[in-house]
Amino acid sequence: MRYIEPHGHMVSRTTDDYVAMVTAGCEAVCEPAFWAGFDRSSANGFYDYFCQLTEHEPKRAAKFNLPHYTWLCINPKESEDVGLAEEVLSIIPEFIDRPNVLGIGEIGLNKNSRNEIKVLEKHVDLAGSRDQLILVHTPHLEDKRKGTRLIMDVLKNDSRISPERCIIDHVEEHTIKMVLDEGFWAGMTLYPESKCSSARAIDMLEIYGSEKIWMNSACDWGISVPLAVPHTMMEMRRRGHEKDWIDKVSFQNPISFMKQSPKFQAPA
Amino acid sequence: MTQQQVLDLYFMDARHKLIDVAAFLDRVDRGEGEPDFRYEAFRKALEVLSSAEPGKAAAVLEAFSDPTNEPIEVATTKAACGAWPGANQ
Repeated sequence: MRYIEPHGHMVSRTTDDYVAMVTAGCEAVCEPAFWAGFDRSSANGFYDYFCQLTEHEPKRAAKFNLPHYTWLCINPKESEDVGLAEEVLSIIPEFIDRPNVLGIGEIGLNKNSRNEIKVLEKHVDLAGSRDQLILVHTPHLEDKRKGTRLIMDVLKNDSRISPERCIIDHVEEHTIKMVLDEGFWAGMTLYPESKCSSARAIDMLEIYGSEKIWMNSACDWGISVPLAVPHTMMEMRRRGHEKDWIDKVSFQNPISFMKQSPKFQAPA
Repeated sequence: MTQQQVLDLYFMDARHKLIDVAAFLDRVDRGEGEPDFRYEAFRKALEVLSSAEPGKAAAVLEAFSDPTNEPIEVATTKAACGAWPGANQ
């Protein structure tokens, strides 16, 4: 089985995870910028992080012949400090043309505050001005429904942004329909405790279809499973889904979205 | 899948999770003191399960969600707790 991991925070993972993913059939990994688990003390910390995402991590993945792509931003969890966010936004253009950068992400909201929305709008403006793809993080748990609506309002308010060039990640049963109905791509994140289980992800695919949807592990420094995507592919087989359908969701759909960036090279 | 196939694949897993929920409620009840708003939210979400209507997963998620539409003034924490505190305020 072949698949693409379209959302993995590999800087938080061990080399053993790379080995396991490639062994399981992973043919490309994409890493959105993320919160480190603590607040960085200055924009310099982000400069180093962006170097890690665009220089070091691709080399680490290449040791296993695994193409590594990335997305840049200041994560919504650090967006309450608008001054810091503006500093970080000012250094992103220095990195945005690097060969593995697919766009701006994962941007969005965390607690749905006014400052988070200001910073989201600034990211969307940067993406719009440079014709970049957008990868969106939606809030956690009780904040997701409201945050997803607020995020879609921001995206729709910028006429340069096409919904088909945005993926809204971490959808669940109460948000997937609104995302797809507005023409955005939807991402399902497979987590052991929050977000979405394998069984629920397949339920949503059976209900809403397999168009403009991908699934990811979003593996990071927290409780997460780097092999969540192939585990879900196995669950699809248990339900009797055809191999072509599994391949479309796990491999072809991520390619269809990401090849909208000329930098993304589809695996053969 | 047929309903029979769904049961064959998922009944034991769902049974296991349901008993875990029951044990969780017993555990809270055995504890001292008063529960916070999450307990009430959980009890309300449980009511969805007895519905005969489709969309129960979405309804449970909605039951735990902030139903308002306006941004909050300031984020004073990064974490979500799983239930909306405003439901009991």
